[in-house]
Amino acid sequence: MKTFGGKVLFLDRSDINTDEIIPAKYLTEISKEALKTHMIEDLKLEGFNPFSKDVSDAGVIVTRANFGCGSSREHAPWAFEVNGINVVIASGFARIFRQNMFNCGMLAIEVTESVIDKLFEHKDPKTGIKIDFQNNKLMITSKKGKETFDYHISEFDKALVKAGGWVEFADARY
Amino acid sequence: MTMTLTEKIFKAHLKDEPFPGTKVLDIDVVMCHEITTPVAINDLIARGKDRVFDPEKIKAVIDHVTPAKDTETAQQGKILRDWARRHNIKDFFDIGKNGVCHAIFPEKGFIRPGYTVIMGDSHTCTHGAFGAFAAGVGTTDLEVGILKGVCAFREPKTICININGKLPEGVYAKDIILKIIKELTVKGATDCVIEFHGDIVKNMSMESRMTLCNMAIEAGGTSGVCMPDETTVDYLWPFISSEYKNKKAALEDFKKWKSDKGCEYMKVIDMDVTGMEPQVTFGYKPDEVKNISEMEGTPVDQIYIGSCTNGRLEDLRIAAQFLKGKKISPNIRGVVSPATPKIFREADAEGIIKIFMDAGFCVTNPTCGACLGMSNGVLAPGEVCASTTNRNFNGRMGKGGMVHLVSPAVAAVTALEGKITDPRKHMKKKFK
Ligand code: SF4
Repeated sequence: MKTFGGKVLFLDRSDINTDEIIPAKYLTEISKEALKTHMIEDLKLEGFNPFSKDVSDAGVIVTRANFGCGSSREHAPWAFEVNGINVVIASGFARIFRQNMFNCGMLAIEVTESVIDKLFEHKDPKTGIKIDFQNNKLMITSKKGKETFDYHISEFDKALVKAGGWVEFADARY
Repeated sequence: MTMTLTEKIFKAHLKDEPFPGTKVLDIDVVMCHEITTPVAINDLIARGKDRVFDPEKIKAVIDHVTPAKDTETAQQGKILRDWARRHNIKDFFDIGKNGVCHAIFPEKGFIRPGYTVIMGDSHTCTHGAFGAFAAGVGTTDLEVGILKGVCAFREPKTICININGKLPEGVYAKDIILKIIKELTVKGATDCVIEFHGDIVKNMSMESRMTLCNMAIEAGGTSGVCMPDETTVDYLWPFISSEYKNKKAALEDFKKWKSDKGCEYMKVIDMDVTGMEPQVTFGYKPDEVKNISEMEGTPVDQIYIGSCTNGRLEDLRIAAQFLKGKKISPNIRGVVSPATPKIFREADAEGIIKIFMDAGFCVTNPTCGACLGMSNGVLAPGEVCASTTNRNFNGRMGKGGMVHLVSPAVAAVTALEGKITDPRKHMKKKFK
């Protein structure tokens, strides 16, 4: 099983859409690797620099509501995957994006707005999050200290991650 | 027990429930286009599983960038084309016969009430207009759909919207759905199906119903859906006439795909359209919507009329009514993309293509084109487009560009004036 976690990239906005995560002009790419340098390059967020070290070092994204809305493009999770990001934590996801993450064997973790607020209190370039996949816990560590939160994902989503994705799951079963 | 339409479709198509709350459905139609499918095809090949579950149930089209604009898009088209040939997918629409997926597939009679439909495209919700469960999915879901003919869903809840009142002249389905998205917000229908009811929907053409359902995803909805009725039967009749004795028999059969009276909705919204104004978006989210009176006079550089939202014959007719015998503003570029070859031909036969050209519009072949900023009218940074499409995301039609979503009527009169304009000011008492 792969491990989940890493440095945190905080994206302090709701309704970040998949056009912002990967613009349509890169949808002509047939390899996932080619998306690497274009991840969130058009993101509209004050003071945000998509080419900074915070972005290239990240392993986890913490953001607000309705993350991944808009287009169904799975290029969005792929852009994260090739950049070493395999967990997104938000107070809500658009349905297709959420399913795409689990279908790729990655984690889209939905927590309450108040948990998101608490995670944002740790905002710092050095902040890290570790996921205890077995026990549904996430641990955040920063200058401020350590905190642990429980989260919930469905049995199905958990099974997809364990199987390595929906193709593997479906192929074994249907 | 009373059930919603979606619950009935889920029940009829349930293949497996691997975990409580997760429903794996048999899929009746898997639709493919050249942007999201090639990666699925390549992945199937890499896994040694280059197969399709049923070539009859797979429909494919090259629509997003066509004719190809560069080596990459040519290659995407080629992967889809070769695959369709290899697997004997007869319903494959290549250049010369191709059009925007959500316009051409219904037009060919592929969607029926009670069907389950998936596609690697978020606006698949459009097909709910026929009383189907139609959902956009990502490439992995599409891949499994192609291989196994199944897809997994959390059973969605249903939001019921009753649309009644007297629709003012100059106000259309597009305005209604923009106003609904404003009310629901961009996440208000996440994991929900939106059912459209009421007299206004009953009196709508299939085209207008598709416009409504098309933008359900803009409120986060899994699908939009209308109840099948006489209008649905009439639209589908050329494709189903051999299956039923007469239209009455077809209607009787379609009626099983309706929500029961007294079924359980997550939410019911009553909407009165009497006195409603045309609607315009102002920001970078489709729920940022204003009455046109607050937006009039906003300068615009380009007009785009087309897409799976408003590129159908009805839409072109509406726009042409305003453009007939007139010229667009010298400061405006007008682009119109009839959504399918059939629409193009019919518009041509009715003299609509000529009206557009005489007015100064560029008429393109059927394609998604400028809608997603890949070709045929990409904006320069700082430019503004009034567009009949469905997304105003930052950069959607070109990096640094701004999009105002409008109805075909608003788009047409805005083209004439060079700034956002209320179509009601251009309306004669009755259009001829
Ligand atoms: S017309 Fe636009 S929204 Fe519709 S399928 Fe094409 S790109 Fe997507």
